[in-house]
Amino acid sequence: MKHIFSAVLMSLIVSFAAHAWNTDTYVFNDLVTEKRYKSLVKELRCPKCQNQNLADSNSPIAADLRREVYGLLQQGKSDGEIVDFMVKRYGEFVLYRPKVSGLTYVLWFGPAILLLIGAFVVVMILRKKPAKKIEKSLSDDQQDKLAQILKDK
Amino acid sequence: MNKIIRFIPLILFIALGVVLYRGLSLNPQALPSALIGQKMPSFQLTQLLQPKVMLTEQDLQGDIVLLNVWGTWCVYCKYEHPYLVDIAQSGRVALYGLNYKDDRQDAAQWLKDYEDPYQLSIFDPLGKLGIELGVTAAPETFVIDRNGIIRMKHVGPIDGRVWKDKFLPMIENLEKEYQGENS
Repeated sequence: MKHIFSAVLMSLIVSFAAHAWNTDTYVFNDLVTEKRYKSLVKELRCPKCQNQNLADSNSPIAADLRREVYGLLQQGKSDGEIVDFMVKRYGEFVLYRPKVSGLTYVLWFGPAILLLIGAFVVVMILRKKPAKKIEKSLSDDQQDKLAQILKDK
Repeated sequence: MNKIIRFIPLILFIALGVVLYRGLSLNPQALPSALIGQKMPSFQLTQLLQPKVMLTEQDLQGDIVLLNVWGTWCVYCKYEHPYLVDIAQSGRVALYGLNYKDDRQDAAQWLKDYEDPYQLSIFDPLGKLGIELGVTAAPETFVIDRNGIIRMKHVGPIDGRVWKDKFLPMIENLEKEYQGENS
């Protein structure tokens, strides 16, 4: 048992190591800026290698955009300004958390609406009374026949 | 009433099927450019073949400017190259190059080996202007009008079909627009 546990633990460690980040080595003056950098590159999407964020992607454009994020942070820009910078050039597409707008209503509220519809359907089904059980009883003749059959057996 | 309700799952299924089927033929790489209708961003970069000459957005002269993002590392740039030569020779547009994330010597050699279709090429080794333009890779081509407004962006190589279907309508549009303004 102990062996299995350590094997699982080992494979987990290895898989985390294999999930290597990019190879940038940006130096930050303080921890807060570093944290902001990390959350920004996680939330910004790579425009070329879609389905990856800037942090995960090794494509040249992602590296450039990480450098740009770093540069903007060093200039003392706020997170909002940096996100705006990206949106202005690459469009809303780069946001993994898109802004609420006419285009994204379905994205933001669709799931909640679907859930409500589902809940409504469940309620409707539950409220429907089960069909009345029809009491079935055997007539005297049938009762006798049944007794006969059982006895013969 | 109950009969209709029974068909709702089928209807939903068909609707979902239609949406997903349509998704199959869409190109996820074709993103709407955030820059259409915006002014060409300003820049200060050297000219590819004359490292001492500084270029700015003012140097992109022409009624209809095509700015083609290219690099020697880009396979499709080679593919679209003969079409660009044709386009440049037609004289209908002013074709400029943006040499994107490349080596100056390699790029100069490339232009010598093949043929230089560009009036001039901007040298952008770090992709700075590329980021300003929202470029994700090469080749990409921008159509800029005579007021310096970006009117169209094409991602991917230009060939005969793309030129006919996408660029010519835009160019004819612009030419008509100018005629209207001039008269």
